[in-house]
Amino acid sequence: MIWDWDYTFEILPVLAQAAIVTIEATAIGFVIALVLGLFLAILRMSGPKTGWCVSVFIECIRSTPLLIQIFFLYFVFPSFGITLDAFVAGVIALGLHYGCYCAEVYRAGLEGVHRGQWEACTALNLSSLTTFKNIILPQAIPPIVPVLGNYLVALFKETPLLSAIAVMEMMQTAKILGSETFRYTEPITLVGIAFLIMSLVSAALIRIVERRLNLRSAK
Amino acid sequence: MTMAAAEQLAPQQPMVRFENVSKRYGNLVVLDDLNLEVSRGEKVAIIGPSGSGKTTVLRMLMTLERIDGGVIWVDGEPMTHMMQGGQMVPAAQKHLRRVRSKIGMVFQHFNLFPHMTALQNCIEAPITVLKMSRKEAEARATELLGMVGLADKKGHYPAQLSGGQQQRVAIARALAMRPKVMLFDEVTSALDPELVGEVLHVIRQLGAEHDLTMLMVTHQMGFAKEFADRVCFFYQGKIAEQGAPQELFGAPKNDRTKQFLRAVLESG
Repeated sequence: MIWDWDYTFEILPVLAQAAIVTIEATAIGFVIALVLGLFLAILRMSGPKTGWCVSVFIECIRSTPLLIQIFFLYFVFPSFGITLDAFVAGVIALGLHYGCYCAEVYRAGLEGVHRGQWEACTALNLSSLTTFKNIILPQAIPPIVPVLGNYLVALFKETPLLSAIAVMEMMQTAKILGSETFRYTEPITLVGIAFLIMSLVSAALIRIVERRLNLRSAK
Repeated sequence: MTMAAAEQLAPQQPMVRFENVSKRYGNLVVLDDLNLEVSRGEKVAIIGPSGSGKTTVLRMLMTLERIDGGVIWVDGEPMTHMMQGGQMVPAAQKHLRRVRSKIGMVFQHFNLFPHMTALQNCIEAPITVLKMSRKEAEARATELLGMVGLADKKGHYPAQLSGGQQQRVAIARALAMRPKVMLFDEVTSALDPELVGEVLHVIRQLGAEHDLTMLMVTHQMGFAKEFADRVCFFYQGKIAEQGAPQELFGAPKNDRTKQFLRAVLESG
């Protein structure tokens, strides 16, 4: 028989444990990406010189594979005296890589806010921080939620790359289970199904958030 | 000079003074050596063909545009510049913000914050800039929204209001900051004709009940004639002619003014 149900039930708890690691890596990586992306977008818009430096940095990150960045943080950084735990290195690499994509999305969102909104803030004498936090950002975010949501799902689907530096996420766990028993069908299929379900659930959640934001802005 | 002496002197000084102000965009001279004084409580209408620099005057006064030459004075002190070691130097941000707080502006396209209700639009700046308590800010905003006839719309978002209503909220929002000078930049140009009246009514009422200095760029010649103490006709970055509305509209001296008024009259 191709599919062994006993073996499936035996490995399910182990894979569930690994799923938690995958979810943690996704959540922390995405929070880093969101914060870093906003920070880079603001820096990029702050002046020509800083903007140029940030653009070069973003291009370098976006034009190199995530796997190389993961390896760089995990294997090359120790040569500079910075040794990172595999999970930490992986999560930082995910956040950094997707932060650069998010920066471009934020930039589009911020540039989409009408110039008149900035002018109204000046006329009301609002400080730069209040202008940005209370007026510009709340208008820039709703239109970019779908794109940010897509990056969340994309980041989630890239987490198996962390198996390359032995982070015990789902893929790495499945590989080890397979190598121990020489049965790859069940662990790899289960991991695939888990990714499918979680991706679909995330996409549905993003659509709900999107719809709520649309409703609020349509008021 | 002591503060008391300065305050005594203040009423004699113009509320707004443009001193040899110029503005260029590349080679294009938008304002050429402008000198304009506006007294306290005076209502000045600025008219002229498009591209004559009239909106730029308001935008420079609101610090939305940098000036390329000259000094703008507000309430007896330089706004675009400040004194440092006995010399006039370009104003620092802090100085600019302090002097700018005396000015409020209403825009052609309202520029209300779309994610906030009418009330929220009117309390944001008083709370964050003037450090008013929310309760006090709400009470004042409610009063101002009542003054512009929108007491029942305070929970509405801009998208739920007509153009005229949005513009009235924008007026209330600017007034909430207790400005001494109000700038109106073609405030009825983006409105459907039937909504123009309600906005002009509010401005008329404001002029009658408050001692505000007002500068208004307008295409409503009838309103300018009835409302303004003085009308300035701008042409190619200069004041080509200015005077009391009866004089300027009744017996214009400058050929360009005559031509402009004739064209406006013909277009209805």
